[in-house]
Amino acid sequence: MSKLVIASIGPASSVQDGGRPGSQRYGLTPSGAMDRLALAAANTLVGNGLFAAAVEVGPFGAAFTARRGAVRIALTGASRSADIGGHAVALDASMTLADGETLTLGLARGGSFSYLAIEGSFVGEPMFGSLAVNARAGLGSPYPRPLQPGDELLTATASGAAEQRIEIPAIDTGPIRVLLGPQDDEFADDAKKLFLEAEWKISATSDRMGYRLEGPVIRHLHGHNIVSDGTVNGSIQVPGNGAPIVLMPDRPTTGGYPKIATVISADFGRFAQIPAGTGFRFKTVSIGEAQDAAQKFAELLRTLPDRLRAIESFDLNIEALQDANVAGSAVSAVDAGTWQ
Amino acid sequence: MAATLAPPRLLPSGDAAIAVEFSRNVDDAANQRVLALDRALAEAPVSGVTETVPTYRSLLVHYDPTKISFDALGEKLVSLAQHPLRPTTKSRRWRIPVSYGGEHGIDLEDVAKALNTTPETIVARHVAGDYRVAMIGFTPGWSYLSGLEKLLHMPRRQNPRLLTPAGTVSIGGVQTGVQCLAGPSGWHLLGRTAVRTYQLHRDPIFLLEPGDRVTFFPVDAKTFAEHDRAAQAGAIVAELIAP
Repeated sequence: MSKLVIASIGPASSVQDGGRPGSQRYGLTPSGAMDRLALAAANTLVGNGLFAAAVEVGPFGAAFTARRGAVRIALTGASRSADIGGHAVALDASMTLADGETLTLGLARGGSFSYLAIEGSFVGEPMFGSLAVNARAGLGSPYPRPLQPGDELLTATASGAAEQRIEIPAIDTGPIRVLLGPQDDEFADDAKKLFLEAEWKISATSDRMGYRLEGPVIRHLHGHNIVSDGTVNGSIQVPGNGAPIVLMPDRPTTGGYPKIATVISADFGRFAQIPAGTGFRFKTVSIGEAQDAAQKFAELLRTLPDRLRAIESFDLNIEALQDANVAGSAVSAVDAGTWQ
Repeated sequence: MAATLAPPRLLPSGDAAIAVEFSRNVDDAANQRVLALDRALAEAPVSGVTETVPTYRSLLVHYDPTKISFDALGEKLVSLAQHPLRPTTKSRRWRIPVSYGGEHGIDLEDVAKALNTTPETIVARHVAGDYRVAMIGFTPGWSYLSGLEKLLHMPRRQNPRLLTPAGTVSIGGVQTGVQCLAGPSGWHLLGRTAVRTYQLHRDPIFLLEPGDRVTFFPVDAKTFAEHDRAAQAGAIVAELIAP
């Protein structure tokens, strides 16, 4: 068995998967990946189930070293520099780290989270069917907390399968689509208009529980306390200070602030990837449009395997590739620009 | 009882959940209807519904929008909710030990002062209550109980505490509750219980269900410590009175 050692890692990095829905009635938040499409794409590249556990890497740099054998991995999500032993590697592609080799990631630029999937995933004890970290509830495996340098993920030795890349459709850069409500009637038309017309930024104090928004103050009609009701990923609640908070996968399952709107499920991952300080807008859609978008998103997830492409052999140094296969060393040392 | 009840409001909570709202207030009748709809969905599952979250006044129904539309699900929910409430045949009843006051209930004296009475009276009234788990939310196992008598109604603290201990039993507004994990709270801390409403590697992991009945009984700090050791080792500690 090989292992992937976390050589260095910043905050907001943890093991995540499809999460553990099903126990919200007991106050247990579902957790799971911030960007499910990027998680699914990374897993598809290494032949895992779409929502197998992977490393969700936050906006800061990180480094991963293979030990006791080669480890096959794939990297998707936020754009950032990535290299193996100083040789740049491409995102949205699989690659194999030979024993002792290190993948080094730079700061996220354009995006917040990357997903590092490992072929065959890694050893852990699922709780409620998930390895996802929820530190507050003591859940997550192999570590019930964010990752730290020195942590190790035990995994199968690399299969030697041909490396692949994946073509993910260009990300929509338009406004984040929302459905008004469920408590939009707690806000005057002016306040709703302001919410929809303003440019918003995500505060640097945001985390996996909630993204705090910076922008105009949104006033309530009748005060900021409502009787608690249930929350979803993307609920936009407005507390007493008028600064909206968008609830993320580690959210409380119920909340007592009025929710002016809800990010539609198809745009949730795209929203989660908006870096702190970058301006964006919301726009409303109808429930019908939101559900059409959900259908399209589900279809995209379902057809990810059809989007895999062989890495063209002429893009690689064949001799090096053959040597690598014999020696079990990296076969993905392709320049990032080679096939873009 | 009328043949049909007033329809609830259906509020889209994004494209993958519907809040079925019976009232905008903390309302016992509304909570009964929430729990009845929750029960109805458990007994006759609707394809596409992934989970339900009962609260005081609404039932949040999570669903897969690729399997059922808002309109189709909404129609089914309204139809289920308008059927008269069937009597609950088997509510479980729990007796939960609480160590009141002192270091376990740092607000007991202040609550008594604010309500112009004695700590003993507050404890006696709290113990006399017959409560129902109206909802579980916020953090794992945080159980909100309805049925707090009027004498004990008190506004929440002006300044919520950032950290309150695991097992805290507290009052806030018209509610009382048991929290399992340490965490922030704006409620008044009356005591602590060793009972874990959420504990990994125990069967069941979650002790209370929405709709369960709960009463409290006082124990001294020494008994709390004994219970706490037993609970740590996986004992349930709370007494289950069979329905």
